[in-house]
Amino acid sequence: MSGDENGWAQAGPPVAEATNISKRYGSTVALDRAHIQVRPGETHALVGRNGAGKSTLVSILTGLQAPDTGQVLFNGQAAPRLSERDAWRRHVACVYQKSTIIPELTVAENLLLNRYHRNRGGLISWRSLRREARSLLADWSVDVDVDAKAHELSVEQRQFVEIARALSFGARFIILDEPTAQLDAGAIARLFGHIRDLQGQGVTFLFISHHLQEIYEICDMVTVFRDARHIVTARVADLPRGELIAAMTGEATALAAARSRTAPAATTDLVLDVSGLSTSGVFDDVSLRVRPGEIVGLAGSGGSGKTEVAETIVGLRTAGAGTITVAGARPRAGDVNAALASGIGFVPQDRHQQGLVANMSIADNATLTIPERLGPAGFLSGRRRDAVARSMIDELAIKTPGPDLPVSGLSGGNQQKVVMARALANDPKVLVLITPTAGVDVRSKEFLLDKVDQVAARGTGVIVASDELDDLRICDRVLVMFQGRIVADLPSGWRDHDLVAAMEGLSIDA
Amino acid sequence: MPEIMTPAHAAPDGSSVTSTAAPRRPAARLALARLRDLALVPAIVLIAIVGQIISPVFLQADNLINIGQTMAEVALLVLAQTIVLVAGKMDLSLESTFGLAPGVAAWMTVAVGAGHGTGLLPGGWAIPITLAVGALIGVANAALIVRFGLHGFIVTLGMLIVLRGLLTGISGGQTFFNLPESMMYLGTAVWLGVPASIWICVALFAAGIVLLGYTAFGRSLYAIGGNIDAAKAAGIRTDRVLWTALIGASVLAALGGLLLSGRLASVAASQGNGAIFTVFAAAVIGGVSLNGGKGTMFGAFTGILLLFMIQNVLTLAGVPAQWIGALNGAIILIALVVSRITGGKAQE
Repeated sequence: MSGDENGWAQAGPPVAEATNISKRYGSTVALDRAHIQVRPGETHALVGRNGAGKSTLVSILTGLQAPDTGQVLFNGQAAPRLSERDAWRRHVACVYQKSTIIPELTVAENLLLNRYHRNRGGLISWRSLRREARSLLADWSVDVDVDAKAHELSVEQRQFVEIARALSFGARFIILDEPTAQLDAGAIARLFGHIRDLQGQGVTFLFISHHLQEIYEICDMVTVFRDARHIVTARVADLPRGELIAAMTGEATALAAARSRTAPAATTDLVLDVSGLSTSGVFDDVSLRVRPGEIVGLAGSGGSGKTEVAETIVGLRTAGAGTITVAGARPRAGDVNAALASGIGFVPQDRHQQGLVANMSIADNATLTIPERLGPAGFLSGRRRDAVARSMIDELAIKTPGPDLPVSGLSGGNQQKVVMARALANDPKVLVLITPTAGVDVRSKEFLLDKVDQVAARGTGVIVASDELDDLRICDRVLVMFQGRIVADLPSGWRDHDLVAAMEGLSIDA
Repeated sequence: MPEIMTPAHAAPDGSSVTSTAAPRRPAARLALARLRDLALVPAIVLIAIVGQIISPVFLQADNLINIGQTMAEVALLVLAQTIVLVAGKMDLSLESTFGLAPGVAAWMTVAVGAGHGTGLLPGGWAIPITLAVGALIGVANAALIVRFGLHGFIVTLGMLIVLRGLLTGISGGQTFFNLPESMMYLGTAVWLGVPASIWICVALFAAGIVLLGYTAFGRSLYAIGGNIDAAKAAGIRTDRVLWTALIGASVLAALGGLLLSGRLASVAASQGNGAIFTVFAAAVIGGVSLNGGKGTMFGAFTGILLLFMIQNVLTLAGVPAQWIGALNGAIILIALVVSRITGGKAQE
C-alpha cells in the first residue's frame, strides 16, 4: 500500500517498522519472514490465533529479544542495541496483561520509580514527587489518586498508570497486549475513549486483541498473522469481517481423517445437568446437559468464562448460584473430592500447574486420585500401584521405559496422556477436559482425541472446554460462550468461520 | 457479570478515567497510612498501663532505662533484619554474627592466660575487628545468595550453624572475660544520664526510618521486595542493592553484639543464641512482611518495643523465670493473631 493512500495518518516515516523478521526456538518457527509497519498516529491492530507469532513479534518490537534475521526501525532509524533499555523505552512501551507495577508502592512512586526528586539534603522529596506524578497523570488525563497503593487500583486504572508511565519516558508508540481481556464493558468503553484521546495527542498504538469487534471499533489498520507468517495488512474499513476471519483461520487444517461419530443413543437420561450456573463477573446463567456417550464442546476465547464453567463443574470453584447434578447426585459445591466421588474425571487447564507433580513418577501421578484402590487403610502398595500404572501406560500408549520415570522426563504429549490416564482412572461417568491438547504434538493430539471418542462410546458423557477447533471437531455439539454467556449451540458439522465468529462475538451472514 | 453489552453499545462516557476504586481524598489516605504505621501504639500504651497497675515501679525512669538497655542490642538485629526482609530476603545468621563478631575481637585482643584469648593485637583493634568480621560474613552471605542464586533461608541457616560453631571453636566453648577497654565503652557509657546503647539504638532506628522512607536505596529495597522484575525494568541495580543490604545487616548485627558484650563485659559462646526468633517475631508483629516489599522501620521498632515491655511486665509481676519462655512464645502468637485481625490481611 503506498503512502499517499494513508491520508488519515500523519506524514513521515513509520513509527515502527519490522522487516523480514524470523525467529526460531529450537525446532519451532515462531516467526517466518514476518513484517509489520505502523504509521504515526494510527491505531494498528495485530490479530491472529494462538501461536500465530504475535507475542514473539511484541518481544522483538520492545527489545526483549533479538530476531534471528531482519531489522527493526523506529522513525526510520535502526533500533538501539538490546542492552540499551533506556533508549528502547524512549521509542516503545508495552502494557502487558501481566502487571509490571509494584503492588505495595503508591501510584506516584510506581510512576517515577528510580527517578526520584531529591531535596537539598539528598533525601527523596515526596512532595515534589507526588506533584510531578499528579501533573504527569493530569497531562494524559488519567484520574487516579497518586497516593493510592498500586494494588488498590482496578485493572483499568492500572493500565492507564502503565500507559502514563510509558509516555513519561518519551515513548509515543504503545503496544497494548490484550488490554480488554480483563475489563468489563464499561471499562472497555472508557479505555477506548482514552485511546482516542491519546491518538489525538499524537500517540500511536499497536493493539492486540482476540475480540474482532473491538478492532472494528477502535483501529485504523489491521495486520493478520497466521502460523508465524504475515498474511495481510489492510485498512480495517476495507476488510470485511468474513475476510478477516478467513485470514485468521486460513484453510481448514483439519485432522487427517474425518471422524465417524455415531450419535449417542437418544435417551432422556442425563449424566450431567448444569442449570442456571452463575458467578458474578465471570459467567452468567449457564445451563447445559450432557447425555451418556455425548461429547459436548464448550468453546470461547480467553475471558469468555468457558474455563471457569468447567472448573466449577469439577469443584475447583464455587458458583454463586445454580446447581450441578452428576448422574442424579449433587456433589458438594466447590469440593473436588466430592466431584470425583460422584463420578467426574478431570483434565485441568494447565498440566504444569494443576495436572502433574513434575518430580513424581508416572505411577504416582497417574494414581493420585485413586489411593483407596492401592491398598488398605491409607497404605499404598507399590506393586499394585505399578500394576495399575502399567495398564494405563499400555492403554494410552505412553512412551516410557517404565512407570518409575518422573513425569518431567516425558514429552509434552506423553505428559498430557498421563493427565488423561488419571482422569480416566476412576472410570468416570462424566469427563471434563479443559484444553486437552494444548502444547502436544499432532500425533499425541490425534491419539488423545481418539481416546475421548472411545471413552464416550462406552457411555461416558464428555465436556471439552477449548478454543482449539480440532478439539471441538470431535464434539456432537458445541456451545459457544462469549463474555460469560452461552451465545450459540452449534450441531456437529459447523463451519470454522461460523464457530470463530461466534467465539469472537460476531455474527456474519451465512 | 450483571450486565453484558458489547463495547459498541456502550458509549464512551467522557475522555478521562473516573477513579472508582480510590475515591478517598489524599489527605485522608495519608492519615490512614500513618495510622497503619502506628498500629501497635495502642498496644504499647495498654501494656504501659497494665504494667503500672501491676507494679508502680514500671514507669519509673530506672525501669524504663532497663527496658531500653536490654532491648537495644536485639533491636539492632531487628533493624538489620527489617532491611533484609523488605528486600524480600531473610538472614537467619544474624544471631550468630551477633556472637561471633565480638567473639573474634575478644579472641584476638584478650591477653593469653585467662580463657582462650590470643593477645595477637592491642585492645584498640577490637571495634574495627568486630565490624570487619560482620562485613565479611555479609559478603559471604551475599556471595551465596546474590551471586550464586541460592535460597537465602537455607544459606543463612547454614551460616548460622557454621558461625556458631566457629565461636564455640575459638572460645573452647567458654566465655571471654577481661575485654579491652574499647569493647566495654559503648556497652557501659552513659551519655546525658541515659546509656549510650539506647542513644545508639534510637539514632540508628531514626536513620533507618530515613533510609527506608527517603532515600533511593531504601525505596529500591521496597521495589525489589515487591516485584524484582519491575525493579530491574526501572533501571535499579538489584544485585548491588542486595549486596549492600546483606552486608549492612551483618555489620549492624556485629555492632549489636558489641553493645551486649560491652554491657556484660564478656562474650559467651552462646551470645545471641536463639535471638533470631524474637527478631522475626518483632518484625512480623511490627508489620514487616516475610514476603518482602512491605513494612516500615518504625513498625519494626514498635514490634520489638512491645515484646520487651511485655517481658518486663511479666518479670515485675513475679512470673517464675521457668515460665517466661512459654509465656513469651504464647505472647508472640497472640500478637500475631491480633495484628492479623487489625491488619486484615494474611501474613505469610
